[in-house]
Amino acid sequence: MTQTNTRLQVMWNRLLAVVEEQGQALIRAAFSPIVRECGDISAGIFDAQGRMLAQAVTGTPGHINTMAEAVKTLRDRFPIADMRPGDIYMTNDPWIASGHLNDFLLMMPVFYRDRVIGFTSCTSHLVDLGGLGMGPEGADIYDEGLLIPPCKLVSGGEVNALLLDIVKANAREPIANEGDIYALIACCEAGSDRLVQMMDEFGISDLDALSDYIIETSRRGTLDAIAALPKGTWRHVLKVDGYDSEIELHAALTIAEDHLLLDFNGTDRCVGKGINVPLNYATAYSVFALRCIIGADIPNNAGSLGPFRVTGPKGCILNAQSPAPVAMRHTLGQMTPDLVYGCLSQVLPDLVPAEGASCMYDLPLRHAPEALDRGDDLFALELVFNGGTGARPTLDGLSATAFPSGVWGSQVETTEAVAPVLFHRRELRVDSGGAGRLRGGLGQHIEISASKDQDVMLFLSVERVLNPAKGRAGGQDGAPGRIRVNTDGQDLPGKGEFRIRAGETLIFETPGGGGFGPPAERAEDALNSDLSAGLISEQAANRIYRGRS
Amino acid sequence: MAIDIGGTFTDTVLINGTSDIVATTKTPTTPQQPALGALDGARRVLASAGANWGQISGLIHGTTLATNALIERRGAVTATITTEGFRDILEIAYERRYSQYAINLVKPDLIVPRTHALTIGGRMDAQGCELSPLDEAQVPALAAQLKALQVEAVAICLLHAYANPAHELRLKALLAQEMPDLVISLSHEISPEAREFDRLCTTIANAYIQPLMAGYLADFKARFTEMGLTCPILMMTAGGGMTTVETAARLPIRLVESGPAGGAILAARIAQETGEAQVLSFDMGGTTAKLCLIDDYRPQTARKFEISRAERFIKGSGMPVRIPVIEMIEIGAGGGSIARVDRLGRVQIGPHSAGSDPGPAAFGKGGTHPTVTDADVTQGLIEPARFAEGRLAIDPDAAASALTQDVGQHLNLPPEKSAFAVSEIVDESMASAGRMHAVESGKDLEPRVMIAFGGNGPLHATRVARRSRMNRVLIPRDPGVGSAVGFLYAPVSYEIIRSRYARLETLDIDGLNRFLDTMLQEAQSVVRAGAPTGDLSQRRVAFMRYHGQGHEIEIRLPDRALTQSDLPALQQAFEVEYSRQFSRTVPGMTIEILNWGLSVSSAAPALRGTANATEATDQKPTETRDILCDVTGEWRPAGLYNRDDLHPGDRVQGPALIVEAQTTTFVSADFSASIDGPGNIWLTRKTEGPA
Repeated sequence: MTQTNTRLQVMWNRLLAVVEEQGQALIRAAFSPIVRECGDISAGIFDAQGRMLAQAVTGTPGHINTMAEAVKTLRDRFPIADMRPGDIYMTNDPWIASGHLNDFLLMMPVFYRDRVIGFTSCTSHLVDLGGLGMGPEGADIYDEGLLIPPCKLVSGGEVNALLLDIVKANAREPIANEGDIYALIACCEAGSDRLVQMMDEFGISDLDALSDYIIETSRRGTLDAIAALPKGTWRHVLKVDGYDSEIELHAALTIAEDHLLLDFNGTDRCVGKGINVPLNYATAYSVFALRCIIGADIPNNAGSLGPFRVTGPKGCILNAQSPAPVAMRHTLGQMTPDLVYGCLSQVLPDLVPAEGASCMYDLPLRHAPEALDRGDDLFALELVFNGGTGARPTLDGLSATAFPSGVWGSQVETTEAVAPVLFHRRELRVDSGGAGRLRGGLGQHIEISASKDQDVMLFLSVERVLNPAKGRAGGQDGAPGRIRVNTDGQDLPGKGEFRIRAGETLIFETPGGGGFGPPAERAEDALNSDLSAGLISEQAANRIYRGRS
Repeated sequence: MAIDIGGTFTDTVLINGTSDIVATTKTPTTPQQPALGALDGARRVLASAGANWGQISGLIHGTTLATNALIERRGAVTATITTEGFRDILEIAYERRYSQYAINLVKPDLIVPRTHALTIGGRMDAQGCELSPLDEAQVPALAAQLKALQVEAVAICLLHAYANPAHELRLKALLAQEMPDLVISLSHEISPEAREFDRLCTTIANAYIQPLMAGYLADFKARFTEMGLTCPILMMTAGGGMTTVETAARLPIRLVESGPAGGAILAARIAQETGEAQVLSFDMGGTTAKLCLIDDYRPQTARKFEISRAERFIKGSGMPVRIPVIEMIEIGAGGGSIARVDRLGRVQIGPHSAGSDPGPAAFGKGGTHPTVTDADVTQGLIEPARFAEGRLAIDPDAAASALTQDVGQHLNLPPEKSAFAVSEIVDESMASAGRMHAVESGKDLEPRVMIAFGGNGPLHATRVARRSRMNRVLIPRDPGVGSAVGFLYAPVSYEIIRSRYARLETLDIDGLNRFLDTMLQEAQSVVRAGAPTGDLSQRRVAFMRYHGQGHEIEIRLPDRALTQSDLPALQQAFEVEYSRQFSRTVPGMTIEILNWGLSVSSAAPALRGTANATEATDQKPTETRDILCDVTGEWRPAGLYNRDDLHPGDRVQGPALIVEAQTTTFVSADFSASIDGPGNIWLTRKTEGPA
């Protein structure tokens, strides 16, 4: 190491700061609630070869590898010789950008002294792209809305007006979409300006040395972490609810000397509803889960991500091919960490948690179709709730907490202020955490109805109704999710469109996380503390933990 | 007199009738009985100024006691009462992890365990209409539970109480009958904003420290009165205003983080005196650095901050408190912050700090890890003979060997290069934090003047400024006791922020005017208690946003009842500000408002005149000292000056060190320093472009 390396480290820190600044600016300007509440965006800086040097740590892991690959694809598609200062390229192709049409990805070449020295890129979730809208009901990608192949959105600083008009003309929220696209453009430009300023300040004319330093340092750190692991191949099968029939997800995790390979071979085929997952998105969540355990302290870049490889047969539900519908690809995408952990826990039993609720419990509520004619309130709510996370090998699971997504839950008061709904209850669900030496996190019990004399439409796409979170190492399963209308109503399936009539109450129970280790081994004071806090019932304590009936 | 009780030191400042500082002192804080250390400081400045207790015409007090009670968990046994069906507002919170990759994350301790979370029937809706009455029959059972749990303080937070407080008030009255000694905090009084989790947390924090703070304030007042103090005592608040001891005892949560607020007020005051409309205050001490954006002589304010973070400098890892505060970002970068090398060979600084005990290795008090101060010593930036007026021996060899042991030998660097690396990394992280904060605020750092103070602010100011592309820095007089000096410039004030959802296009003007009038009367009565005479000013704001967006923009309202004809101007003001922050507006999008703010203030003390400096004259150093130049990385001589020897109009070329009792100002090679009329040091960057 030399003095120069300190300077390179300072520049690396600067790049990391710049992408975070870009990310924050994008979130602040966003119109989409999922961006605001979940930080569903990404921002990154790339070198001239298209290698990712820094990426913002944002709310959801869905962009972790996708952006790194997308920029390579766009860079290969458009010759550098044709690029001019002020150009910006764009696509929302799910198989290039981030797995569904709502995610728009922009890439801007950065010029320094008339030469392309790198790229900035960002992704954001737009509210609506036409078609059937956000939901699993589309039969193919064409039902799901407008797909824009890779193209030039901005040419020498001039926005392609026709393209913008097409996006607006094909969306239910044209004003918000336009706002989000301009925010993306501003984000790319700001990143580019900051990068040029940094090069001025540090007196460098290209990113080559910096790029080699970042990538090599990160690659070496990641390989050191991999070298410490046992070598071999471990397999796991995870059964999930699916749309109308259950689905098997298969994985084989191979730990080699210099890389990890995850193979989805054996996984069931795509289905006719929009819960199919393009491989880029399945990769993002899988690699996120691996990196939580292996080399979590190393920032995301081409060097740290390179040793993680993911593959799967074309046409399986984790490698969906066009024109499969993919709008709700996150429903199963968020289950892939549990699939990966099923393999990894065999290698690292003391580091990997039990299964959790994992899939977020979206509760999109909208006015009924007749609302306009009846003069009812028109509204669209995108509420997000979460279940419990799996127990960790040394800690209980977290109750009502998002994982793997980084989504924020909503507040009752602000929700009731903006839409005609009334909550009757929102509390932890007693006994829902999987029993174990370490207990799984608890789910929630939510009761909600229309606050006015009008019906409300509900669009479900959740998991873990039929297949609860499994415990690990002798721990018990968490409670499955349960959704019904009124206490005496029939249980609803986890996916589909339903009507809650005026006066009826939706009872929405989110799943608990799995337990870790045999319940009989739970420490007495931990058990008593759960009892006095009311997290478990006396009956459960006696029956499950104390072996009495 | 101003007294700022900090974690380590109590700073006391005495000024005369013309606002000139006549005495300052730093005395050790006495944590068991903080009033004793304060009395000690007060006696010293009185003695040094030859004044007596009866001559003190105003005493302003700020303390970290409220903050520390929360951090150290020294508050009362506290319970919550929330609406039936909503026992787990605290447990559920925002359902998120504050750190994305941390599998073994532990959530912050929010003071009240689930065993102490009680509920009562009764429901208001978002408009404040009663849906079901308060279930008064449950009160005796609730009281019995509270007694069984030996609860001393209770936080009551019922859904939509900000819109209609009737149930909270009634519940308090009924409980007080059953338990006359119970301390009760009501959410609609503590923080009348929508968002039940934030409001509940704020109410809990208030209830938790209320018994302790009420006792402390009574003791403080009694001791000073006994000494012969006749003037009223005013307490500094986190919002940058002063309030009476009685209000402070009722709303002690407003005292949290009041010390750092003093520094921002000082910077705002100097900004006004020097006519600088865009400023960044930079307060770097022993364990942290604090930055605050100041525009048009007002420190940036926020409605929320965090206490008790599970990880101190990780946003979102703590307990949110929603009160009006001067917004500061705090990062773990101070003189005592410890440097190390991580497994990737990267130099990392902090957040662990050697603090003042054992302190940096160079202090020779048992510290063995290299700190930011050790790096400064090794680069020659601290003159050992004059550090802390010579009261603390500096051991440069100890600094160098600590740097070699923890940094140099891992990276194969000699001590001065290790020191250089530590400085570069820590200065970069402070500059990055500043840039990030500016971005989040929709503002820019570049055009700003940095006003630097605190024990290490003047030493690092030029280095951080250059990395932030800021070309001018001001070092005020007495930078070591900046916060206490700032107290003396604070007005008596009170601010209320209350939720009331509305859309601009369908605003109920009459209802809104009545709503704001109620807020005005409440704020005025609080302020009048501390400022019985004199003019009061008010400031009304609306927090507006486009429907669908999360980011709210503060828009000033006229300081009077609104009329229909004001609306176009409000829309325009929003669009102008939105456009400034986001470079465009969104025509056709609905504008909505959830929160309204109103503050009432007494007039601040009159500004001092700023005599213009005479023609600049370059001062040649009589002494030099070798330093490692931060621009070239080479050793070179720097001029050494005593600040007391420099006079208005004097100019010094960098590299130079300007030494005073509590700190050293480092003038980098690419800066020059000049002294203005009031004695501030101005550091100006000489060259643009690459360093």
